[in-house]
Amino acid sequence: MKKNNIGYLLREGIRSVFLHGFMSFAAIWVTVACLLIMGTFSLVLYNLNEIILELEKDNQVLVYIDETYSEAEAKSVGSQINMIANVHNAQFVSRQEALSAFVDEQQDEALFEGLEASTFRDRFVVSMEDNALMKQTCEDMKKIEGVADVEAHYEISEGFQMIQQILNIASMIIIAVLFVVSMLIISNTVKLAMYDRKEEISIMKMVGATNSFIRWPFVVEGFILGFTAAVLAFFLQWGLYNLLQMQIASIDTLNLFNMLPFVEVIELVAVCYGAVGFFVGIFGSLLSIRKFLKV
Amino acid sequence: MIEFRNVYKVYETGTRALNGVSLKIEDGEFVFLVGPSGSGKSTIIKILTAELQPTSGSVFVNGFTLEKIRRSAIPYMRRTLGIIFQDFRLIDNKSVYENVAFAMCVIGASEKEIKKRVPYVLELVGLENKSRRLPHELSGGEQQRVAIARALVNNPNMIIADEPTGNLDPARSLEIMMLLEQINALGTTVMVVTHENQLVDRFTKRVIAIDNGEVISDGMDGYFAYEEE
Repeated sequence: MKKNNIGYLLREGIRSVFLHGFMSFAAIWVTVACLLIMGTFSLVLYNLNEIILELEKDNQVLVYIDETYSEAEAKSVGSQINMIANVHNAQFVSRQEALSAFVDEQQDEALFEGLEASTFRDRFVVSMEDNALMKQTCEDMKKIEGVADVEAHYEISEGFQMIQQILNIASMIIIAVLFVVSMLIISNTVKLAMYDRKEEISIMKMVGATNSFIRWPFVVEGFILGFTAAVLAFFLQWGLYNLLQMQIASIDTLNLFNMLPFVEVIELVAVCYGAVGFFVGIFGSLLSIRKFLKV
Repeated sequence: MIEFRNVYKVYETGTRALNGVSLKIEDGEFVFLVGPSGSGKSTIIKILTAELQPTSGSVFVNGFTLEKIRRSAIPYMRRTLGIIFQDFRLIDNKSVYENVAFAMCVIGASEKEIKKRVPYVLELVGLENKSRRLPHELSGGEQQRVAIARALVNNPNMIIADEPTGNLDPARSLEIMMLLEQINALGTTVMVVTHENQLVDRFTKRVIAIDNGEVISDGMDGYFAYEEE
């Protein structure tokens, strides 16, 4: 591209956005709508994923210590448990604490008044970094000297993992479909704008314009449209998210569904919207112009 | 200089548009290409501008060999030609000045070059006082002058005018032809494609007649010579 052309191409791209005001308006709002659908869906899935991760953390493993160990010896086993890479936290529960917790859980506490603490074992309540590695981590803990037994609910962990996988696959498919749909809609909208300028393009070709020279103003135009749509969609998404969060918080039955504050995902949303707006705008334009360059 | 050597063009539909056309136009010549509708005139222009590839034969345009030309070289070949259409093909939302300057922008000319060259060319075609007008504010003859200015502005080796007077009344047609003759006198090769016999015969120029995709006459005897064949 010649230096003389850069200013002209940028000017033409910007001028074109305003010259084809209605088409630009339509393209921006169609993109905003697609981004909002895609964004809302992704954020709901993101929140569900976070909730599942939280629930997964509650699925803790109990590591029972050999009953011949004194409380001090039992506590010392904790350092070895904590050394295992996937162990997030190992909290010591003494026999006495285990007895109290057991009695508290019973409906008729009087029935267990005479129960000795020695009936129980010292134990560690272990939470994992990644529950997918629960089986292997339990095997590793069993090998530690002083560990008598490990009690884990693999089926709950596997259930969570399956739900997570299904959610991930479903979200990827739906996001991909919505992305392609957005791109095709933008491409068609830009194509309509280009059809309006078909004559101009054919004149440019006839006076000796190169394909890249013809493409640039449309790429600049696509970028402006995509970027404007991304900025609008970002702020609308922010508003919608907060609204949804307030609505959910006001309904008692949905207390379990504790949404993340928008500020925690703000960077992710900004980057994703920026990237999608950029790609959809520029590639939508490039996709549309191919046909018109075959003169 | 352009040269067709035994050029054939058969469209995908099976229509034979050109049947072994051979012709040569030297630099500085003024040539009329005449023939009835469907004779192959438009196909010749489309091959000259590289919109179409010949099925066989060789075509040379201002140093480019068109059957071997790379796609990326086509814009540079087109810059050696100035093309004028029957329907003017001006950009409606650009002024006269902008329509002409646009052709220079496209090839990467600087602001300075544009500001120097465009007024000169507009003066040459007699539109120096209408540079700020939009195309729809001009008469048909004036619009065609803008198209001629646009074709001339990049100083091409050759002007190809495809039925340039097709949408004009006889008086304006004559003016346009005289303008093209004047441009030719300044050294630019001119090829005018037309079927207006009276107009052709007002000028004593070389006339290449084509029919059924073949050159049937080529000489200085005017349009009537071709009609008598």
